[in-house]
Amino acid sequence: MLRFAVRRLLLLVPILVGLSILVFLFVRALPGGPETALLGENATPQRTAQVREAYGLDRPLPEQYLRYVGQAVQLDFGTSTRYRTPVVDEIQRRFPATIELGVSAMAFAVGVGVPLGFVAARRRGTWIDNLSTAGSLLGIAIPVFVLGFLLKAVFAVELGWLPVAGRQDQQQFFGADHPTGFFVLDGLLTGDLPAAWDAAKHLVLPAIALGTIPLAFITRITRAAVLEVVEADFVRTAEAKGMTRRVVTRRHVLRNAMLPVITIIGLQTGLLLSGAILTENVFAIQGMGQLMAGAIADRDYAVLQGGILFLAVVFVLVNLLVDLSYGLFDPRVRESG
Amino acid sequence: MRHRPAAAVGLLALSASLLAACGGDDSGSEGGGGAAGGTLVFGASADPVSLDGAYTSDGESARVQRQIFETLVTTAPGGTEIEPLLATEYTPSDDGLAWTFTLRDGVQFHDGTPMDAAAVCFNFDRWYNFSGVQQSSSVSYYWQTVFSGYAQNEDPELPQSLYASCEAPDATTAVINLTSPSSSFLAGLALPAFSIASPKALEEFGADDVSGTGETPSFDGTFGTTDAVGTGPFRLESNEPGTSVVLVRNEDYWGEKARLERLIFQPIADGPARRQALEAGQIQGYDLVDPADLGALESGGFQLLERPAFNVGYLAFNTAKPPLDNPKVRQAVAHALNRQALVDAQYPPGSEVAKEFMPPELFGYAEDVPEYPYDVERAKQLLAESGVANPTIEFFYPTDVSRPYMPNPEANFQAFTSDLEAAGFTVTPRSAPWNPEYLDTVQSGGASMYLLGWTGDFGDPDNFVGTFFRTQQAAWGPLAPEIYSQLEAARTEGDLEARTAAYEEANRTIMEFLPGVPYVHTSPSLAFAPNVSGYEPSPVGLEEFASVSLG
Repeated sequence: MLRFAVRRLLLLVPILVGLSILVFLFVRALPGGPETALLGENATPQRTAQVREAYGLDRPLPEQYLRYVGQAVQLDFGTSTRYRTPVVDEIQRRFPATIELGVSAMAFAVGVGVPLGFVAARRRGTWIDNLSTAGSLLGIAIPVFVLGFLLKAVFAVELGWLPVAGRQDQQQFFGADHPTGFFVLDGLLTGDLPAAWDAAKHLVLPAIALGTIPLAFITRITRAAVLEVVEADFVRTAEAKGMTRRVVTRRHVLRNAMLPVITIIGLQTGLLLSGAILTENVFAIQGMGQLMAGAIADRDYAVLQGGILFLAVVFVLVNLLVDLSYGLFDPRVRESG
Repeated sequence: MRHRPAAAVGLLALSASLLAACGGDDSGSEGGGGAAGGTLVFGASADPVSLDGAYTSDGESARVQRQIFETLVTTAPGGTEIEPLLATEYTPSDDGLAWTFTLRDGVQFHDGTPMDAAAVCFNFDRWYNFSGVQQSSSVSYYWQTVFSGYAQNEDPELPQSLYASCEAPDATTAVINLTSPSSSFLAGLALPAFSIASPKALEEFGADDVSGTGETPSFDGTFGTTDAVGTGPFRLESNEPGTSVVLVRNEDYWGEKARLERLIFQPIADGPARRQALEAGQIQGYDLVDPADLGALESGGFQLLERPAFNVGYLAFNTAKPPLDNPKVRQAVAHALNRQALVDAQYPPGSEVAKEFMPPELFGYAEDVPEYPYDVERAKQLLAESGVANPTIEFFYPTDVSRPYMPNPEANFQAFTSDLEAAGFTVTPRSAPWNPEYLDTVQSGGASMYLLGWTGDFGDPDNFVGTFFRTQQAAWGPLAPEIYSQLEAARTEGDLEARTAAYEEANRTIMEFLPGVPYVHTSPSLAFAPNVSGYEPSPVGLEEFASVSLG
């Protein structure tokens, strides 16, 4: 198991090297440069040259890349041209918001998707099965920003049940203390329960908007996996032995059906991070997504490079965790690991 | 193992989708009957970059700085005329080289230290002595725009500084000495970039702790992030980037105190999200309303305020390139263009057709410049008189850019091209990405006819027509010599009335010569909740929240 984990972590190295080159070239292939965003139409050739020189953009690409890598291995990802802060600080400041959003979205997707898929499979061909199939198709098809806008229009603007934007109501909880950056947790830690409740309410609509696509996938995969397992011989055997349906479901069906579901959860977690760009923008959550979207508009190379590499590491780690969690469900993985 | 290739694909999809999002985009009167007190949340499009005005040039930073800090002079609410603020009087010496500012007596910074002549000189000397990365035009942009250079220019191409020194003969008199006469710098001083900050706080909170010259500038002090100490009607309470900037009323303010008890700026980058936040009552106002939302907001009972135009979009000629050296050809182009149709079709309500190279709100705008109304027959006639057979013009327009005065350059290009073809011109299209190719081509004189525009930095005509035409530039080619001399004389004229007349005259000369065809001024809108009163939009974006109240 440990060897497996170490091997997977070592694999990170070639992935990151390859990705860093790709990202490095990609951001420089974008039309315009940071000077476009910084100087606008007032960009005289002299000022443009000055900015390019200040950020080392006038040097040959290989030199820029080596310099970048040299600093990156020391965890120095450079300075944001937009915010003028070290990229590492900016990521540290933004990441909790994205985690909070991602975890809520995943909790929603898993919490609704697995039971829904299971029920759909066990009641195959009924209205609930048809509804979940049609619903998950719709969930995959509808763009996050459209869904987010609609959710807000109904539940925030029309009904006024939930907040529209941001992570905390600034009229009531302005200047609240945020020791960890996770606003719900911060409210609990500082004993400000109304603030924690308010932060949680701010998460509901973004989590639904962002969680819809994973929800759809998880529902469909759960349904398919459960259908496959219930027809397996060992389930029939278990039933024939006279085990109750509940025990069969818990011990045999769910456990075996969960393996593909966990895989899809791992993959969806990575996609969640990119979906967060749109969700964060629509709900004005200043997380990694907004950071990256702003960095693209501002041609903030350092933030783009550092942010994408950081997200890549997160993605690989999440998938590693997923692989390790197989052991919990499948003893065969434990033994062969 | 089967998921591993899929994981790699997911990873690539993730980075690709990050990059694919690169579509790119890119910017009072008395309170009246409202009650004093309350909290107003304003939806900003971004966090302020810094609350230290010396280091910023963006609108969102200026908006917040403006409430915490004050400048020596300011602009009249809703206008561009210069008015006293921390200085009650300001007079130039006869040679125009020394400006004496009489300071308001008894004003204190938020930290209780006195705002006096020594403090004013401390601030000016601080900016003048910027070094290293502080001299980058992206950091101290407005110092460079207004005063050109520093005490020790590190870039040999920077011109000599306009600023020479500051003297404080007594506590309420500050004298600013210049290296050459200038009248345009006074308007520049109204910018939040020239906010007078507490010298004690600047030192205590490390405003000049900028290290790591070159590619890794690092602002190590807390002045401008968690600390900002000025004399304004609001004090900084907290600043948490991404969440909000919270200001509270300055109870010791020297003038009329702010009506709001608390003012909060919450960053909401997405336009539709700002609109929904206003509709849901989460914010009480926001800037840069999407023109498509104007109707819905209005019918929803929200207030829409129009910010007076402070930009100009123009079609420029390079007079060094035939046939544009021929005045009749230039006039034919001007008459051929249906500017009104373009503005109606492509620009938000409130936009107007331009007839000269600066906005009407600015002093020196002349009502009686030569105009070139849309008249195809006249254009054909002028073309015939010009003696140029089969006139062919290369028409340059930028791609990958959207500016307030040019939301969609290609649409402008297409509309103008069909106008020109109808008048008998042959148009050769030329396009290039905005930066660097397009701007380089234009500025080096490589484009014969091109689309461009300008958003003003501060309320002085020199910031418009002076920037374009005071000196000969490759982009425009040679102009009538009197344009240069008139603009130079207007820039240094000390008397406002005489300056106004001088700029009016220059504008008439410019439009007579016709170096290009100005075609649009645009006015962005702000939206407020129905109970907000006292907000006065300013063409230069210098808006006070002190007079704003909640009814």
